[in-house]
Amino acid sequence: MDWLVKVTIQLKESILDPQGQAVKTGLEALGYKNVADLQVGKYIELTVSDQEKKQEVNTQVEEMCQRLLANPVIEDYNYEIEELA
Amino acid sequence: MKFAVITFPGSNCDRDVCHVTGEVLQVTTEMLRHDVRQDLTDYDTVILPGGFSYGDYLRSGAIARFSPIMEDVINYAEVGGPVLGICNGFQILLEAGLLPGAMKVNDSVKFVCRQVKITVENSEIAFTGSLTRGETLQMPVAHQEGNYYIDPVGLEELEANNQVVFRYLNQKENPNGSLADIAGICNQEKNVLGLMPHPERASEKILGSEDGKKIFASLLDYLSSREES
Repeated sequence: MDWLVKVTIQLKESILDPQGQAVKTGLEALGYKNVADLQVGKYIELTVSDQEKKQEVNTQVEEMCQRLLANPVIEDYNYEIEELA
Repeated sequence: MKFAVITFPGSNCDRDVCHVTGEVLQVTTEMLRHDVRQDLTDYDTVILPGGFSYGDYLRSGAIARFSPIMEDVINYAEVGGPVLGICNGFQILLEAGLLPGAMKVNDSVKFVCRQVKITVENSEIAFTGSLTRGETLQMPVAHQEGNYYIDPVGLEELEANNQVVFRYLNQKENPNGSLADIAGICNQEKNVLGLMPHPERASEKILGSEDGKKIFASLLDYLSSREES
């Protein structure tokens, strides 16, 4: 069975995000003065094959996030797992 | 005496380091590939050079950290072997967990390439033994992710253990917004050093500064005295 995994990675809330600040300033320059907060993150889409149980996909994705996809020192991550027909 | 410089795909300061240690300082220096396991025990120092390993994809150093040879570098560091990470090499050491903390994008969100002044905060490690605490050195930086971060508890530990080895002279000299103006740190055991400025680009008079050479010279002094004893 194949699974579509969508991972989003962002700097932890407590950490100042220089890219987010710069983009927010850009929006302000365009006249959007009411953008209160903006964070730039990463979005990763991947397909996991040959795995029957969602729980096992979950375990694998968690491990991949911890080991490589995110840097847990500064980043938080979230993911969704969808079964592919 | 023999040094190893590790070349990753995208390293671009490996030859500069080799030139300085091999030609300027006359130490046998070998370039080792990232994808070949090595017994590093024969080497007196292992250097991870600057550059853009794996195009800096995902995060600087994140992919290089899983190169086959990094297992050998980690083993080498764990038994006390001197390891020096310069710029991207520093980033790889952080990703590998050999040094604490992480790098964020520079405050300016720009690639910064200029001369900076740094001060020596700890002159008692292998790489700084011939320097004086408080001494100012001038070297170039060239990076986009040098904005060092560690959580407040981690910072307290770094300061308490004298692990901050180099600091940018002041906020104005700080090119990236790093926490506590940190330019370079070592591990608790003091045998692994990572720094963002490039000592290998400041080791000959013709390049405007020879201050970087003082770091390599300190290391040589340390290694020679170790050989004698």
